[in-house]
Amino acid sequence: MTDAIKTEPFVLNIGPQHPSTHGVFRIKVTVDGEKVLDAEMVMGYLHRSMEKLAEERTYTQNIPFTDRTDYLSSMANNLGYCLAVEKLAGIGVPARGDAIRVIMAELQRLASHCMAVGAFTNDTGAWQTPVMWAFREREKILDIFEMTCGARLTCNYMRIGGVAFDLPAAFEPAVRKLLRELVPFIDEMEGLLVGNEIFLARTRGVGVLTPEQATNASLSGPLLRGSGIAWDLRKADPYCGYEQYDFDIPIGYQGDSFDRFIVRIEEMRQSIKIIKQALDGLPGGPHSTQVPLALRPPQGEAYARVEGSRGELGYYLVSDDGPSPYRFHIRAPSFINLSALKEMTVGGTVADAIVVLGSIDVVVGEIDR
Amino acid sequence: MALPTLVTEHWYDLRDLSNLSREILEGADKILPHGIVYVLAALIGFVASFLIFVLPSQLIVGVYGERKLIGRMQSRYGPNRVGPFGLLQPIADAIKLMQKEALTPKGADRAVMYLAPIIFVAPAVLLFAVIPFGPKMILADINPALLYFLAVSSLPVLAAFMAGWSANNKYSLFGAMRIVAMSISYEVPLVLALLGVVLFTGTTSLQEMVLWQKHFDIWIVFLQPLALAIYFIAVSAELNRTPTDIAEAESEIVAGYLTEYSGMKWGLFYGMDIGYALAASAFAATVFLGGWSMFGLDKWVPPWMIIIGKTHLFYFVFIWTRGTLPRLRIDQLMAFAWKFMLPVALLNLVLVATERMLWVEQELDDSYLYIFAVVNIWAALGAIWAWSRFLGYRPERNPVRARLVNEAGGYVPVPEAAKGGK
Repeated sequence: MTDAIKTEPFVLNIGPQHPSTHGVFRIKVTVDGEKVLDAEMVMGYLHRSMEKLAEERTYTQNIPFTDRTDYLSSMANNLGYCLAVEKLAGIGVPARGDAIRVIMAELQRLASHCMAVGAFTNDTGAWQTPVMWAFREREKILDIFEMTCGARLTCNYMRIGGVAFDLPAAFEPAVRKLLRELVPFIDEMEGLLVGNEIFLARTRGVGVLTPEQATNASLSGPLLRGSGIAWDLRKADPYCGYEQYDFDIPIGYQGDSFDRFIVRIEEMRQSIKIIKQALDGLPGGPHSTQVPLALRPPQGEAYARVEGSRGELGYYLVSDDGPSPYRFHIRAPSFINLSALKEMTVGGTVADAIVVLGSIDVVVGEIDR
Repeated sequence: MALPTLVTEHWYDLRDLSNLSREILEGADKILPHGIVYVLAALIGFVASFLIFVLPSQLIVGVYGERKLIGRMQSRYGPNRVGPFGLLQPIADAIKLMQKEALTPKGADRAVMYLAPIIFVAPAVLLFAVIPFGPKMILADINPALLYFLAVSSLPVLAAFMAGWSANNKYSLFGAMRIVAMSISYEVPLVLALLGVVLFTGTTSLQEMVLWQKHFDIWIVFLQPLALAIYFIAVSAELNRTPTDIAEAESEIVAGYLTEYSGMKWGLFYGMDIGYALAASAFAATVFLGGWSMFGLDKWVPPWMIIIGKTHLFYFVFIWTRGTLPRLRIDQLMAFAWKFMLPVALLNLVLVATERMLWVEQELDDSYLYIFAVVNIWAALGAIWAWSRFLGYRPERNPVRARLVNEAGGYVPVPEAAKGGK
């Protein structure tokens, strides 16, 4: 009898305008009923040609550009770019500058993970409530950024050789107060979601990535750690003096969406730990070294990488002895992490595909650049 | 069972508004020509139901209250701009919706697409016909009221399917298919759960169910806690509310079968969704929470106020779940209906049948009902626990915290103890 009913798969466009694509991004899924047979990613709707534009601007002028790639973690982007230029030109950073950079990068990771966790729960169908709670806490972090550098989202705070301004006097008490408030929030958020049977049912065993798949696709960040691989550039290739701080790398169990979620939650706790240590041992002295405005690094190339909120955020620069980079390339973690989307979605349902996309935590500004 | 004689027949007895309307109509009948009185009756019914039910329930609790409460749950304000405390927001919404153009996409089946919202509205109004608002405040005190309610409440699925099928949109089609599959599955445990109530009270008339609860001074929710739990889950699936709103799942299929609707055509769906939720809440309040009776309080407080209060209390739970829970996947929902709710509802039915038989055949005292209540509450908890264990549910086996390592390196094998079960 079932042979008599003719069924055929059809193509469903998820995006570019869709509530859950986290920007302007499109997945062409071929579905047989609810089951996903094939998934094809279409990107480029947000392409702004940043890498090409950067070749026409000086090294300092490029810093605001990096704000706008991954707009949810501009501090980490600033940091990665400045590290690359410093490596290229051989510029040192004073100890205070390094400590401020660490504090800012970790605050940014907290803000970004708040967003990631909130948006992910939104994709599982918890209608706006967790994301609003996460936004409430993220807002406090953005307030601290505003206090320090005047901007909330696109901070443009790091400079080649240090940071733009020294910390204001109210900074340290404000951050300590924030951290005190964040600890119960993280516990509450974790307790509410981890204790929710529906949330577990939606995320456990969904979008499983084996360690082999994760490494073969050259993934990084919470995706890689969720699969059980202890890899964190802050430990593996320390920068900005991360080797002096005591923290752990959280890793998952089987590499499903839930593991990525708990890794992010735990990373938030570790970030708080790092910020506390950095605040306690904040050295005095200058916050930045003097760097000529028209910087002309010697001919050569440099690649600097930082552990961004989404994974290995790398900046590759080639200098031809001119005032602007000859080649400017960003290794965007979202873009590379997204390459595993097909492996994770095929075989699941449409609803699973949305959850998997949320668990990758993509920022389209970074994918398309 | 005879009606209790607490309510007098005087028109000024506001505990039962039907006295007043009867008085007015009888008076009018003497003055006016004969046919006019029916028109007048319709007008009075419309104005009265608008004033005591539609305005407070549909608009203030349904639209404003829901948005406001969810706003507070999400740590934001909710509507607070239009009118005092934003109370006029629902009216502003309605005006906006009426002004908007109701688009029909190219390639849509126009007739079916226009018909769907209309078919969706009618049953929501019909459902209230059998809800008793007081000893005599009931439009149609029919014997098979429960069956009538179940039959009419499954009609909107047809409208939703028409809406999804006609819109020529893949997301709409997804929503339509999902709602049909889900409604058919959830009707079964729903009816089985209500069958337990029918067995206990020995009637399918809603008015008699209320009188039964009043007579024995016990609400059916205490005798049938499991039935209420199953009713609540099944009805929230039928009504498309979170955690079972897969037919409209915003994050997955945009708006499900409503994707292509706009303007007042969408507004009808939206408004009547609230109407259905209120009807389901009123039904639950009648069947499980004693209806208009309140342990003797109904002598002093108008019974219609009591049932409206209970309806809103039940509706609050709908709002609460919507504000807090994630959404299930369709296969999980189906599995839950067939593998969990159906067997548990059957177990409940067996228990109720045994108790009813003991109660009637052995001619037990009325106080045995309280013993049954205690037994049934424990039986409900036990059945849920045992059946979930039987299905292999072992939450303690699954780790909920990430592992911590101090050194960067390669893959860290998962210890055998933490591998987890389901």
